[in-house]
Amino acid sequence: MTTRIFSSGIRRREDPRLITGKAAYTDDVTLPGMAYAAILRSPHAHARINSIDTSAAAGMDGVLAVFTGDDINAEFNPVPCAWLVPNSDLKTPAHPPIASGVVRYQGDAVAVVVAECRYAAEDALELIDVDYEPLPVVIEPDKAMCDDAPQLHEDAPNNQAFHWVMTGGDVDAAFDDADVVVGERILHQRLIPNAMEPRSAVAQFTQATGELTLWSATQNPHIARFLTHVVTNLPEHKIRVIAPEVGGGFGSKIPYYADEVIAIFCAIKTGRPVKWTATRSEGYQSTIHGRDHVEDVELAADSDGNITGIRAKVWAGMGAYLSTAAPGIPTILHGLMYSGAYDIPNVKADVYGVFNNAVPVDAYRGAGRPEATFLVERLVDKLANELDVDPADVRRKNFIPAFEDGHDVATGLTYDSGDFAMSLDMATEKIGYQELREEQKRLRAEGKYIGIGITTYSEICGLGPSQVAGAVGFQGGLWEGAIVRFHPSGKVNVAIGSSPHGQGEETTFAQIISHELGVDVDDVNIMHGDTSQTPMGWGTYGSRTTAVSGAAVAIAARKIKDKATQIAAHLLEAAVEDIDYENGNFFVKGSPDQAKTIQDIALMANVAWDMPEGVEPGLEASTFYDPPNFTYPFGTHIAVVELDKDTGRIDVNRYLACDDCGPQINPMIVEGQIHGGVVQGIGPVLCEGAVYDEDGQLLTGSMLDYALPRADMFPEIETSSSVTPSPHHPLGVKGVGETGTIASTITVYNAVMDALKPFGVEKLDMPLTPEKVWRAIHANGKEN
Amino acid sequence: MYPANVAYHRASSVAEAVELLAENEDSKLLAGGHSLIPLMRLRLASPASLIDVGRIAEIQGISVCGDCVCVGALTTHSTLASSCDLQSACPIVPEAAALIGDPAVRNRGTIGGNLAHADPASDLPTVAVALGATIKATGPNGKRSICAGDFFQDLMTTALDDGEVMTAVCLPAIQAGQGMAYAKMLHPASRYAVVSAAAVVTVEDGRCAAASVAVGGVETAPAKASSVEAALTGNALDAGVIACASAAVADDLAGDAIDDVFASGEYRRAMAEVYVRRALTSAAERAG
Ligand SMILES: Cc1cc2nc3c(=O)[nH]c(=O)nc-3n(C[C@H](O)[C@H](O)[C@H](O)COP(=O)(O)OP(=O)(O)OC[C@H]3O[C@@H](n4cnc5c(N)ncnc54)[C@H](O)[C@@H]3O)c2cc1C
Repeated sequence: MTTRIFSSGIRRREDPRLITGKAAYTDDVTLPGMAYAAILRSPHAHARINSIDTSAAAGMDGVLAVFTGDDINAEFNPVPCAWLVPNSDLKTPAHPPIASGVVRYQGDAVAVVVAECRYAAEDALELIDVDYEPLPVVIEPDKAMCDDAPQLHEDAPNNQAFHWVMTGGDVDAAFDDADVVVGERILHQRLIPNAMEPRSAVAQFTQATGELTLWSATQNPHIARFLTHVVTNLPEHKIRVIAPEVGGGFGSKIPYYADEVIAIFCAIKTGRPVKWTATRSEGYQSTIHGRDHVEDVELAADSDGNITGIRAKVWAGMGAYLSTAAPGIPTILHGLMYSGAYDIPNVKADVYGVFNNAVPVDAYRGAGRPEATFLVERLVDKLANELDVDPADVRRKNFIPAFEDGHDVATGLTYDSGDFAMSLDMATEKIGYQELREEQKRLRAEGKYIGIGITTYSEICGLGPSQVAGAVGFQGGLWEGAIVRFHPSGKVNVAIGSSPHGQGEETTFAQIISHELGVDVDDVNIMHGDTSQTPMGWGTYGSRTTAVSGAAVAIAARKIKDKATQIAAHLLEAAVEDIDYENGNFFVKGSPDQAKTIQDIALMANVAWDMPEGVEPGLEASTFYDPPNFTYPFGTHIAVVELDKDTGRIDVNRYLACDDCGPQINPMIVEGQIHGGVVQGIGPVLCEGAVYDEDGQLLTGSMLDYALPRADMFPEIETSSSVTPSPHHPLGVKGVGETGTIASTITVYNAVMDALKPFGVEKLDMPLTPEKVWRAIHANGKEN
Repeated sequence: MYPANVAYHRASSVAEAVELLAENEDSKLLAGGHSLIPLMRLRLASPASLIDVGRIAEIQGISVCGDCVCVGALTTHSTLASSCDLQSACPIVPEAAALIGDPAVRNRGTIGGNLAHADPASDLPTVAVALGATIKATGPNGKRSICAGDFFQDLMTTALDDGEVMTAVCLPAIQAGQGMAYAKMLHPASRYAVVSAAAVVTVEDGRCAAASVAVGGVETAPAKASSVEAALTGNALDAGVIACASAAVADDLAGDAIDDVFASGEYRRAMAEVYVRRALTSAAERAG
């Protein structure tokens, strides 16, 4: 019995184990003889280490070993950066796993204690005596490039990590000839990713065989294995990386961290399996942060509101070292997206990557694209204000017309498919846009202030063609492997190289197999996360798992179908061309009642008693899928916010997300991704952000001060969708993991600015805390 | 987030807790643990031993007798929030307790621990001061009562002696013509009060016969708003009077205001007026 399963919102098979606490994470791994590591982290943001005395700690009961930078750095290579953006004068100062000589951010590793239990390890940390000589500190990215700024690395003068320029068209001419120019300085504060599961690593080294096993909370175990080899010099075939259950990542578990390297070193040196798990506040100081942009942005237009150019100068904080993918985020994933949904002939991005005395920055949900969408949509709203026309109308005027198979934008990208005007119409109609504007007018007269924000976005995901990866300096491929294996009983195991960690692909990929081959969805098991059991793949991030790995699964399934057709033809004594397929049944055209089921064929292929000549036994297929292009989801989001004039508090009254990610394998999971993404994008507008003081101390060092968005801050999120297939994906699907975050930050920001318009407020830096808003509306004295 | 080594003792009576406190140097009482344990995990507190009072039955629960509501020190926030007796006898307490943290915090945290911890961002100290509650304690020298106005001395500093155990909090029951209300600006991360106000008003013949107002979150201990109270007394509690009286809170907040990443001292002072007004507006409405 099979049911139609594609586009069905079946429940996530992952959830029972997750919500009953039965899932096993890295920290749940317990091995015989296991020891525990605790890492001493620098309390200073920048300091010279004059001396470290570990003797008291080493002598403590229960302590097995204490290591410093001198120990580890003599044997291991620095932690590498793996996105070497070309033509950008990129500097990659060495990032030693444990600092040697100088610490460069609060949280930089200084020493590690390995002990019989975690408590003893923590106690021993207090006995390590470090003599620090504090050095001057710089936090803001633009200030870090000023003449007299403190310098972080000798080999990166002026703290410049890279300078990347992208131009399309003739931007200067566009601005010279413009009737209207609008501009703004935009700050994207640092964000601290908060996966439910903190980072964790367990390393086990078997001296006798030279084999290393690393359990790691990672989004990409195959990359982790490769980089473990790069750092440790251990041969790659002796390294096994296991990502067991991973409790969310949002980008923060893409990078390869010093902490994993430290755990490995400790395991090799002590001969004991070693576990390290971050505490939440330790994570705040050692897990990558996101965003940290200072941007000067401008838009040029004619007096009719036709946009003629857009340009930006960006200082992107990198933190103290270049994390794994860091340079690619503000460049490739940001600067190339300045066209948004619009036909803009002239575009320029001028991006500086800057070292500053803070936690390294890397990909955080949306990674570069929320900032790009923010920039474009902010400027479009400013243009509407300047021309005194409705923001929806300016958008309509400038949209790229609908396209089904490729549209080139000025930055050199080819969007795959899109219909932005349709999306905006759909959203404005659904929310009742005209009525909202009238209500807004009416309420203003009563002294009540609501604001409406609209975003129509196009985003790039489904990373991506490996050739492009190479061309833009990504030190890896971006294809995905998949193996589909039928067992004699007709049940199916699928092994994938990507590494889902909450997104639900165990469910949706089973739906793909069920859809392609007619097996029951419950007869399909998706295996991932263990490099010894899965084919090569580059991991789960960049809304790429369904777009790339899902395509691999579909193609492998189609290979199975081809082979099954051959076997069926043989068993039914017909020619291959005469075989029809429907819903898991193979039959001679016109005789569906004489069918061989996929299960019949799986059994025959596995026992191989009667196979067609020249056909190998087994029913198994593997694919390595390299996408021909990225996918470009798009959509329109609309937010309605309300101001509490007394306190400055902003409430989100309504939020509508109309997204188009192509055909939806599981609409419930799509909706879940959108809900989570929207909320994650609104956090930074209203409350969320890392704050460092001028000495580089992280003031938002725990959940007591770092304000994550909460469910009770939100109305029911309204969703709706359109379906514009990707022309190049085997199932037409695009990614949807980041769209919510990419659209929601600017949607709500613009809504707040719209609410504050009567007060003459044009700009406020995020997060828009009540105090900031309250000060702004009182500063101008208008409408009070 | 791993506390240092600590010895653990469980007391089965108040007397035993007092004894254990005396016997063990550098010891701390442990109730719900939702203020003390976070401090220990950050190693901001490292007592040598903990005296767990969590299972002492004699100091749990709520009893109303006549004009007095007696709440055992170990009563949890969720019990406060859901108690029907309290809802009718002293409704501002359930109102405030329901706004504390989240369900997990309310299920563990106790009124005694909350008052003894004396965090300026806590909710119950402000309510206790506005109500004029009496705190009962037992120590090596016997029992004593401390009125809430004298209890909170400074940032996390109370009138309790090291060797004393808080046993109960006595609250005056609501009277005819009285209305009480609590208004709170929640910190978006911690859920503690950025600013809060507790108001109790007594209306007789359409005029305010008595008012008691306290403000939390602004200074290091709850501030009694006597200027606000004075401006209310004798007046009909209409919007104009309430607004005018609320503005007087500035005079009651003369000390240094708390200032952090989320809210400056200046903003907290300004919000004190807003929240006093909100609390008074509800209290006046409820007074009927
Ligand atoms: C995430 C989180 C959010 C919170 N949000 C809020 C909030 O919004 N509003 C709010 O008011 N509070 C909040 N709290 C604090 C919470 O209410 C605490 O439970 C309370 O402050 C302390 O009570 P406890 O029983 O947990 O005390 P414990 O943590 O056990 O003890 C606290 C202190 O009181 C002492 N103590 C305890 N009992 C007695 C006693 N009987 N006699 C003498 N001394 C005693 C202890 O020795 C210790 O010094 C929050 C806590 C957390 C963890």
